[in-house]
Amino acid sequence: MAKSEKQAYDEFIKGIWRENPVFVQVLGMCPMLAVTNSAINGVAMGLATCFVLVGSSFLVSLLKNLIPKQVRISCFIIIIATFVTVVDYSLLALVPAIHKELGAFIPLIVAKCLILGRQEAFASRNTIRMALIDALGMAAGFLIALVSLGAIREILGEGKLFGVPLFGDNFEPWVIMILPPGGFITLGFMLLFFNWFEEKKKRLDERAAAIEGSDI
Amino acid sequence: MGDLGWIFISTLLINNFVLAYFLGLCPFLGVSSKLDTSFRLGLATTFVMVVTALCAWILNTYVLIYAPYLRLISFIVVIACVVQLIEMAIKKLSPALFRALGIFLPLITTNCAILGLAIFATNRGYGLWQGLVYALGAGAGFTLAIVLMAGLRDETEMSDVPTMVKGIAFNLIVSGILSMAFMGFAGLFSAS
Repeated sequence: MAKSEKQAYDEFIKGIWRENPVFVQVLGMCPMLAVTNSAINGVAMGLATCFVLVGSSFLVSLLKNLIPKQVRISCFIIIIATFVTVVDYSLLALVPAIHKELGAFIPLIVAKCLILGRQEAFASRNTIRMALIDALGMAAGFLIALVSLGAIREILGEGKLFGVPLFGDNFEPWVIMILPPGGFITLGFMLLFFNWFEEKKKRLDERAAAIEGSDI
Repeated sequence: MGDLGWIFISTLLINNFVLAYFLGLCPFLGVSSKLDTSFRLGLATTFVMVVTALCAWILNTYVLIYAPYLRLISFIVVIACVVQLIEMAIKKLSPALFRALGIFLPLITTNCAILGLAIFATNRGYGLWQGLVYALGAGAGFTLAIVLMAGLRDETEMSDVPTMVKGIAFNLIVSGILSMAFMGFAGLFSAS
């Protein structure tokens, strides 16, 4: 039992850090760069994606023995599209203001390679429980990435975080950060930071291994 | 006519699908390593986009007025099927064209730029001709962006960048600068 708990925990954590969908796999970027010009939009998009990913992972995993192999991709896409339609209409009913800002990018969740990739690579081959854990981990990693990207762009571009002003009146906002180029550049620098971190870790590991080797 | 021309120019330069709406980023970053391949991918995308605009218009006019909540599902299924059919037809009719476009056609169908085009055109309430011109502009804009990117990557391939910047981070920052350059076009028509 303890072992399977550990395994489940590993599956969850892997989505957040080691295989983070955005920073490590660089998937699902298309709709995410466009909507992350403020932190709150990032949260909304992240939660919408989370719902779609978890819902479709559950259904795919449940139906994995019923879906014929040859047409599995089409089946996955139709399942995903159904969940996206649900999200689209629920957001329109619950939070019309945010729905208006995200606009056409909610239907585009369907085209995210991230979601289809998880169905194909994981949910269609694992038990429902593992599929749910994997989907939650991936969605959490995606949410963290979206919110941090949105927060950076909002802080630099408007001097606010979640609509609360952070700096005094003397702050001159970097308007470029909330415009499209800011999205590319922010994500570029975040990836750069991730690479730098990984490289540093690798170098430390190598040094530790070398020291151990010399002891023996 | 002026209206159609305006739609074309604005989707080509000002609201460029890749650089302003971030649509079709996966092929933009993934395939743009060779100039020749990226140009052919651009052509194939333009082709699929025009077909998509036609399908979207037919669906919107004749089917979806009865069931608007099926919009997303029907767009995806219909577009994918039509592109598959066209691929088979091209294979049969013109092997040369198939070799130029063929391998990309099924891949492009799942590209978010295609679905985005159908949804944007619907949201803006475009008619048939406006939709087709919009698709042409979007396709041309995609081709322009991906060819420019391929050229830039060609030029910088030999340059000595730190290892942690290499790869996708570098490409993203370059596209950021490219996108900034395209923002300059926003002032193009504001005077008139």
